[in-house]
Amino acid sequence: MTQLFHKSFNTLSKASIVLGGLVAGLTVTTVLFANRTPYISLVDVSREQPVPFSHKHHVGGLGIDCRYCHTSVETSAQASLPSTKTCMTCHSSIWTNAAMLEPVRQSYMNDRSLEWLKVHDLPDFAYFNHSIHIKKGVGCQTCHGQVDQMPLMMRKNTLNMEWCLSCHREPEKFLRPREEVFNMNWKPSHEKPQAQLGAELVESYQVQKLTNCATCHR
Amino acid sequence: MRAIFLILGLSLVGVLASCRQDMHDQPKYKPQSGSSFFADGRSNRPVLAGTVARGRLQDDALLVTGKENGEFSKVFPFPVDAAVLERGRSRYGIFCAPCHDASGAGNGMIVQRGMKQPLSFHIDRLRDSPPGYFFDVMTNGFGVMYDYSDRIEIEDRWAITAYIRVLQKAQNAKFADVPADKKETLLQPPK
Repeated sequence: MTQLFHKSFNTLSKASIVLGGLVAGLTVTTVLFANRTPYISLVDVSREQPVPFSHKHHVGGLGIDCRYCHTSVETSAQASLPSTKTCMTCHSSIWTNAAMLEPVRQSYMNDRSLEWLKVHDLPDFAYFNHSIHIKKGVGCQTCHGQVDQMPLMMRKNTLNMEWCLSCHREPEKFLRPREEVFNMNWKPSHEKPQAQLGAELVESYQVQKLTNCATCHR
Repeated sequence: MRAIFLILGLSLVGVLASCRQDMHDQPKYKPQSGSSFFADGRSNRPVLAGTVARGRLQDDALLVTGKENGEFSKVFPFPVDAAVLERGRSRYGIFCAPCHDASGAGNGMIVQRGMKQPLSFHIDRLRDSPPGYFFDVMTNGFGVMYDYSDRIEIEDRWAITAYIRVLQKAQNAKFADVPADKKETLLQPPK
C-alpha cells in the first residue's frame, strides 16, 4: 500500500500550524477593523430619505425642542419619528409650495407613511430604551452628536457594543444634569468638572454600572 | 494539493456564511417599522373603534373635554400645585413657545418665519377666558393651529393651561402685586 500523504506534507503540516494561526489572526483583525470603518458602522454617512430633513435648520436655526417631534422619548423605549401631521402643523402655512415638501403633503393628504430609513438602527437582539437613559442624565448629544449642526442626519458613533459598554462601565464620564439632557451645547462648568459632577450624578440618580449581558440582550 | 484548496475554499464559504444578518434583522416588527403584510405598509396598527387601552378609560368628562354642562370649564379638573406649573412650563416651552413665544405675546420664531401670528395671551378676551377654553383649543385646534391631542397628554394640556394663567398674571402684574420680600430685589439695578 502506498503512502496516503506525500513526504512533503511533513513540512506542510508544520507550516500550517503557523500559517493557520496567521490566517485566523488576520481574519479576526480584518473583521474587527472593517467593523470600525464608516463602510460598516455608517458613522458620518448620511442616507437618502424621502425628504432631506435638516435638523440644523429646525433645531439649530429655529430652536425647536427635540421633544416637539420625538414626543415619546421621555416615556418609552422609542424616541419615535413624528407623523406627517407634525410636519404639516407648520408646513400647512410655511413653504406650502416647496417641491421638496411634496412627499410630506402627499403623505398627509393620502394617509400614506413616508418610508424613512432608520439612521440609528441597533441590531434586533439589543434592547435599548430611551426613557431610562434620559432619566439617568444621558444627553441626546452624548450619543447622537451635535444634531443641531447636521444638515442631514448621520451617526456620530458606531453603536457597537464596545461603544455602549464604554459608558456602561464608566457612566460618570458622560452623565449630565437631567435638566440639560436636551441641551445641545451643554458643557461641564469650570467650577465643577465632569469627574466631580459625574460622580455626584451617579450617586444622586442611583446610576448602576449595568454590564450584565441580560441588561441589553433578552 | 487539491485537498488543501478544497479545505481552504470550504472554510472561506464558512466565513462568508457567518456574515448573514439574520439575527440583526429578525423577522419581527419593531415600533414604526414597515410591513409587507398590511395593505397600508405599516406595522403600527390603527386603534379599532371602541377599544380602550389599559389606564386610558376616558370617563372623566371635565378632564377629557374641558367642558361642564356644555360650557368651557371655569375650574381645573385637578388641583394645581407647583409641580403642575413646572410641568406646564416645560411643556409650554416645547410645544407652544415656537409660535406663542416664551412670554405668550405671539412673536415666536415660527411666526417670524411666516406662520400667522396668534393672538397674544395678554388681551382681555383671553385673560377672561376660562381654563376649559385653552384646553379645548389644544385638544381640537383653532384657526391655523392644528390640534395637539395626539402629541400632548391630557394632564399636560391642563398643566400648560395653568402655565398660560401664570404668564397672563406675570405679564399684567403691577408693582403692588410683588410679594413684599421680593420687592427689594426688583428695585436693584440689573447686574
